Amino acid sequence: MTPRPAVTTLVLLLSGAVALAGCSGTSKNSAQSNAPAAGSTGAADPNAKIKEGLKITFLPKAVNNPYFTVAQKGSDEAASAIKAELKATGPSEASASSQVTYINTAAQQKQNALVLSANDANAVAPALKTARSQGVKVVTFDSDAAPDARDVFVNQATTQEIATIQVKMIADATGGQGEIAILSATPNATNQNAWIEIMKTELAKPANAGLKLVETAYGNDDDQTSFQKTQGLLQAHPNLKGIISPTTVGVAAAARYLSSSEYKGKVALTGLGTPNQMRDYVKDGTVKSFALWDPSKLGYLAVYAAGALASGQITGAEGEKFKAGDLGDYTLGAKGELVLGPPTEFTASNIDQFNF
Amino acid sequence: MTTVAPSRARRIADLVGRARELGIVVALALVIIPTAFVNPRFVEAQGIRDLLLNASVVAVLAAGQTLVVVTRNVDLSVGSTLGLSAFLTAQTFADHPDTPIVLGLLVGVGVGLVCGVVNGLLVAVGRVPSLVVTLGTLYVFRGVDFALAQGTQINASNLPDELLDLGNGRLFGVPVLVLITLAVVAAAALYLRSYRSGRDLYAIGSNPEAAVLAGIPVPRRVFTAFLLSGAVAGLAGALWVARYGTVDAAAGTGLELQVVAAVVVGGVAIFGGSGTVVGAALGALLLGTIASCLVVLRIPAFWQQAISGALLIGAITVDRLLALRLARELRGRSDHDA
Repeated sequence: MTPRPAVTTLVLLLSGAVALAGCSGTSKNSAQSNAPAAGSTGAADPNAKIKEGLKITFLPKAVNNPYFTVAQKGSDEAASAIKAELKATGPSEASASSQVTYINTAAQQKQNALVLSANDANAVAPALKTARSQGVKVVTFDSDAAPDARDVFVNQATTQEIATIQVKMIADATGGQGEIAILSATPNATNQNAWIEIMKTELAKPANAGLKLVETAYGNDDDQTSFQKTQGLLQAHPNLKGIISPTTVGVAAAARYLSSSEYKGKVALTGLGTPNQMRDYVKDGTVKSFALWDPSKLGYLAVYAAGALASGQITGAEGEKFKAGDLGDYTLGAKGELVLGPPTEFTASNIDQFNF
Repeated sequence: MTTVAPSRARRIADLVGRARELGIVVALALVIIPTAFVNPRFVEAQGIRDLLLNASVVAVLAAGQTLVVVTRNVDLSVGSTLGLSAFLTAQTFADHPDTPIVLGLLVGVGVGLVCGVVNGLLVAVGRVPSLVVTLGTLYVFRGVDFALAQGTQINASNLPDELLDLGNGRLFGVPVLVLITLAVVAAAALYLRSYRSGRDLYAIGSNPEAAVLAGIPVPRRVFTAFLLSGAVAGLAGALWVARYGTVDAAAGTGLELQVVAAVVVGGVAIFGGSGTVVGAALGALLLGTIASCLVVLRIPAFWQQAISGALLIGAITVDRLLALRLARELRGRSDHDA
C-alpha cells in the first residue's frame, strides 16, 4: 500500500475528533458498566488512534450478491483510509449455516476484526462467540446476529424508518386505498421479518386505514420463484392494488413481471431496490418510487466501526462516539447499534443521479 | 431372436410410453381444473401464458437432458452451464448494445457447446461416470461464472430492448419464448424418434455392452448427447436473460434438480433406454404448474416445497410401478419365446 498524505491528515483529524468525543460525556465508567461481558477488553479509550495494519475479514451473506459487491467497495475504501488489510471471503449461497466455517477461519487466522452480514441471527452466534473469546472484534452490518454474539451492529437505517418509508410509498402509489401484498425474501430473514412486523403496525394506524395487507409471499431471493410468487399474488387477489417488495431481487423480478403483463399500470409496486436495477421500470412507469440506502456507505461505516473497536476507541457500549472518515461522527445507540442514516427515495426525477 | 417377439414387446413399450405421457396430461388436468374452480384467473389468457412461460426454460433444459438420460447418463451441470451462458450473453449485449439478437443467442449456444465438449470428453473419452463428471463441472462452471462476474449484476437497463422484447413478445398471442421452446422440443423429439444416431442413444441406454457389439460408436454418440445438452443449456441461458432481464452469477442455481425431476416425472427412465422428449417437456410443465397452483391456492410458503417433493415422489412411484409391470410383461414374452 502506498502511503498517502491524505491518510496522515485523516488520522490526525480522527484523533482530534476522538479527543473531542472524549470530552462529551463518554466516561470510562459508563462504558465499563454497559460493555458486553464476552470479548470485551475493558474500557473504551476515545483518544486511542486507529491502529495501522489491522487485519479485517469482510464476510457478506454470499460472495456473488451484487448488493454486497457494492458494500465491499465501500469497505475497501475505508480499509485503505485506515491502512487496514481487508480480506473479503464468504459462502456462495446464503443458507443459515454457510458462514460458520468462514467465521472459524477468521478466528484461526487471528484477524483483528470480522465484519459480516448474518444469514441467520442464531446459526452464526456460537461461532461468533468463540471468535470473540479469541480476541476478534465482531461488527455485523445489514443483517444482525444475536446481540450478545457481536460487538457492534451497523444498521442501514432504523427498522422503523425503512418500514415507514415503504408504507408511505405504497400509500402514495395506490392513493391510500385497496388491498396490498408483500413479496419478501426467505421466510427466516431477520431484517425482512423485522420490517414486515413494523409495516403491519404502520398499516394498523388510522392514517392507513384504506390499505389492507392481504398476504405475505416469499420469493426466496430467486428470480424464478419471485416471478411465480408475484403471479400467484396477482391471481389470488383480483383486487390487489399494490405490492411492497423489501428485497432487491424480489422488487426487480416483480417489476420485470409487471412490466410485461396485463397488470402493468394497474398494480403499483414499491420496495427496496438499487437504482441501476430499477431504472428501466421507473422510466416505463411500472414503478413510481422505491427506496434504499447506499450499500457502499454501509460497508464503509462497518469497517470504520471495526477499526475503532480493534483499536480500543469504542467497546460497543451505548453513547460511545467515533469518527467514520468522510461520513463524520457516529454515536453508538442501545445494544451497540449504529445507524447509517435515513434511506433515500428514488423516483423518475432523481434516479439518474445514482449509479450503484 | 424371433421377428415377432420384439415387435410385440415394442408395441407394449410404446403403449406404456404413451400411457406415461397421457398420465401427465391427466395429472395436469387434475391440478389445473380444481385450481381454476377456486380461482378462475388461473386459466385466463394471462394465467395460461404465465404457466407456459414459467415452464419454458426448464422444458428446454429437459429436452437436452432427455438426450443424455436415455443413454444411461446424467448431466447435472446444466444449471451452471445456463448461468455461465446467461452471464456471458448479457455481458456481450451490455458491452456491445448493437449486437444482433441472433448473434447474441449464438454466443449463449457457443458457451453451452464449450461446456458440453468438456462434459462429453470426460465422459465419453475419459470413461468417468457422468454423475461424477457433471457434479464436478457443476461446480467448475459456476466457479468460472463467479470469477468472471466478480459479484456484478447486469440489469435490464444495460440490455437492448429487442432482447427484452424476445422475453415479453408474442406472436399470434403466443409468447415468443414458448414458441422457441416448442421448436427445441420438436427438434429433439424428431432427432430421437427418426434419426439413426438418435435411435442409437436408446440402444446405448438399454444395454451399453450390446450396443458396442452391435457396432454402435458408443463414445461418439454419448459425446454428441452431452454436446447437444450443453448447447441447449446455453440457449436456455440466453433465454433466461431475455425473460428475467437481471443476471448475476447465481442465475439458474439449483435448476439441475428441477430439470432432472421434470425428466423423471416425464417418464424418462433414469437408467436409460426409454422415454421421450415430449414427456420430459410435459413433466416440466406439470412441475411448474404444481408450483404455481400451490401459490394461487395460497398454501403457506412453508408447506409448498414439502408438497412439491411429495408429489414428485408420488409421480415416480406410479412411474416405477408401470415400469415394473412392463418389465414383467416383457420377461413373460421372452420366456414364452424361449
